[in-house]
Amino acid sequence: MYRIKEKKELADGIYECWIEAPHISRHARAGQFLVLRIDDSGERIPLTISGVDGDDVRVIYMAVGKTTHYLASLGEGDLIRDVAGPLGTPATIRDYGTCVVIGGGVGIACTPIIAKELREAGNRVIGIIGARNAGLLICEDEMRDVCDELFVCTDDGSSGYHGFPAGLLKRELEALSIDAVWIIGPAIMMKITSEVTRPYGVKTFVSLNPIMVDGTGMCGSCRVTVGGETKFACVDGPEFDAHQVDFDELMRRQRIYLDQEKEALALYQNHECRCMGDRKHA
Amino acid sequence: MRDRSPDLRIHDFQEVDPGLNGQEAIAEAMLCLQCKKPLCVDGCPVGIDIPGFIAQVAEGNFLAAYEIIRSENMLPAICGRVCPQEVQCEGACVLANKGSPVAIGALERFVADRAREETDPKPPALAEQTGKRVAVVGSGPAGVTAAAELVRRGHSVTIFESLHEAGGVLIYGIPEFRLPKEVVRAEIEGVKDLGVTVHLNHLAGRSITPEELLGHDAVFLAMGAGLPHFMGIDGENLNGVYSANEFLTRVNLMHADRFPESDTPVMQGRRVAVVGGGNVAMDAARVARRLGAEAALIYRRREEDMPARKAETEHAKEEGVRFITCANPVKIYGEQSVTGIECLRMDLQGTDESGRPVPRPVEGSNFVVDADLCIIAIGQSPNPLLARMIPGLRLGKRGTVLVDDDGRTSIPHVFAGGDISTGAATVITAMGSAKVAAVAIDRMLMEQG
Repeated sequence: MYRIKEKKELADGIYECWIEAPHISRHARAGQFLVLRIDDSGERIPLTISGVDGDDVRVIYMAVGKTTHYLASLGEGDLIRDVAGPLGTPATIRDYGTCVVIGGGVGIACTPIIAKELREAGNRVIGIIGARNAGLLICEDEMRDVCDELFVCTDDGSSGYHGFPAGLLKRELEALSIDAVWIIGPAIMMKITSEVTRPYGVKTFVSLNPIMVDGTGMCGSCRVTVGGETKFACVDGPEFDAHQVDFDELMRRQRIYLDQEKEALALYQNHECRCMGDRKHA
Repeated sequence: MRDRSPDLRIHDFQEVDPGLNGQEAIAEAMLCLQCKKPLCVDGCPVGIDIPGFIAQVAEGNFLAAYEIIRSENMLPAICGRVCPQEVQCEGACVLANKGSPVAIGALERFVADRAREETDPKPPALAEQTGKRVAVVGSGPAGVTAAAELVRRGHSVTIFESLHEAGGVLIYGIPEFRLPKEVVRAEIEGVKDLGVTVHLNHLAGRSITPEELLGHDAVFLAMGAGLPHFMGIDGENLNGVYSANEFLTRVNLMHADRFPESDTPVMQGRRVAVVGGGNVAMDAARVARRLGAEAALIYRRREEDMPARKAETEHAKEEGVRFITCANPVKIYGEQSVTGIECLRMDLQGTDESGRPVPRPVEGSNFVVDADLCIIAIGQSPNPLLARMIPGLRLGKRGTVLVDDDGRTSIPHVFAGGDISTGAATVITAMGSAKVAAVAIDRMLMEQG
């Protein structure tokens, strides 16, 4: 069992959770993830490791399906049945020169740890974070601390630049010589944003988030096509060369269990209502 | 022995064979000729004193029989169910020539089940503590066997398991109707009761670094053959194409058959096509039947060439699995999800080094198998993750860890056994290689003083 040390809501429906898991925190590197299972009937879900502090690891997630809603209902001191990790190949951190690290939506959570390691490796790091609106922006202060420069954008213009991260990225590419770019966010955002760097020939990394079960290379649920070859995101990735990734296939495979996900969530929320008065949902 | 009717069993995950009762076990045991030179023991990869335990069963001394088995095998309820006895002990039994060997597997299972259900067997005696620390990677049949052997010899043993439950393929791979998980849990608990520490959720190489691992006095690598093979054909990444590992893990480990009570879903399919002819392919097809689908098996050679145990192919056929033999998939059709599988007829010519006919595609013989789910069960190879992280560890062509006759790798204090060194094989082969390695590890540790 793994104890939740701290938990808070960062933005509407987006939560931060610190979990005591020394076997993960001692070895975790930027770009890696963990797999957690809340209880005995729970699903195994992968979540990116977004921070490490002593024996604790941080995950940031949006409540979208049953498991993430359930996780959001837990608080400090509650226990999680299983947490495995760190999993996946760490981000390819080295001294590139000038790097841009882009986070979109809840994907912003993964950016500070990468920006920090890049800067420690000697890079000049420009951060770009974007969300639908100002209320959904997370980790802004944290990114400001670890980046040399930070730009903020929102789809509705409620904070920073009015538009998508792709717009800001294009502006930077035209103004500066950029050596490497990281893009982390929803698959569609990674697809569109990585198209911006293609004509410039700039090395661009994305961190993929396909469906996983074991997360250790055993099942192949997370297979993605990269450069025409099938790769397992859990062990070969999750970080890949953006310009080689078949994003359409990734998005199609992310939808495999859409109906079951809706059913499980509806059942959970119905149950949650009937549990009014229970300590967690009172 | 007395299989439940296929009509009943395709509606549940209970065991196909309910096992012997006490009277039947005694009657079966009395058939044993108690050979002076028992060939059955030679046929057993772990060298159980088979006539010895059977003599006790014949006398009705079931617990004494259990203790005889358990001195050589910590997992008898598992082995009694999944060992290929027909090519091991029972295949070697002198009565086999006369038609029907003693049902050694069924007796082993009976004895182990009886001990678990009705008595409280004494744990085997442990040697004095040596103070030596051994790390075991993986808690499948090889890892658990080596751990049990080493802890009995007084060493301090820690198993690192990446999943949330111990047992490896016994838990995630072999379905409930062939090997109840309650049986696996009980036998693994028995090993833990000896004093073996199991760290779940620890992926060796990641949760514990290679350096930390190699810091132990000895290391036993037993990560198994977990990396599923795919065919490399068009459409293989469509929604609705599973590796057998994934399909079976979703059901066996994650209980997707109980969705939504259990949170993990699985695509059930109405017409499921399974590619392959081994035990894993049979397991996948039979699970698909139990989830309510029609199931067809596509295999490139003839039924008699299938690597699966005969009992398993028979069970699959009884349960309505259709065999499409001498056929090989070349393309999977579908826009979003699978709609069919195009195959080529195979012509069998000559024989390969394993003595099986060589399948060759027949030009223009293309045909399509209707399917909305495709499960690929064409084999697994060792997961390369940890092996590649250990400097100086020599690997074979297929990613196996190379070992000598004692199970020793190219690194003196690192040993390996089970599928990681042999390539995908059986539970009992893995246990046999683990026992050999455990003896060698013990010898090495004791020589060090």
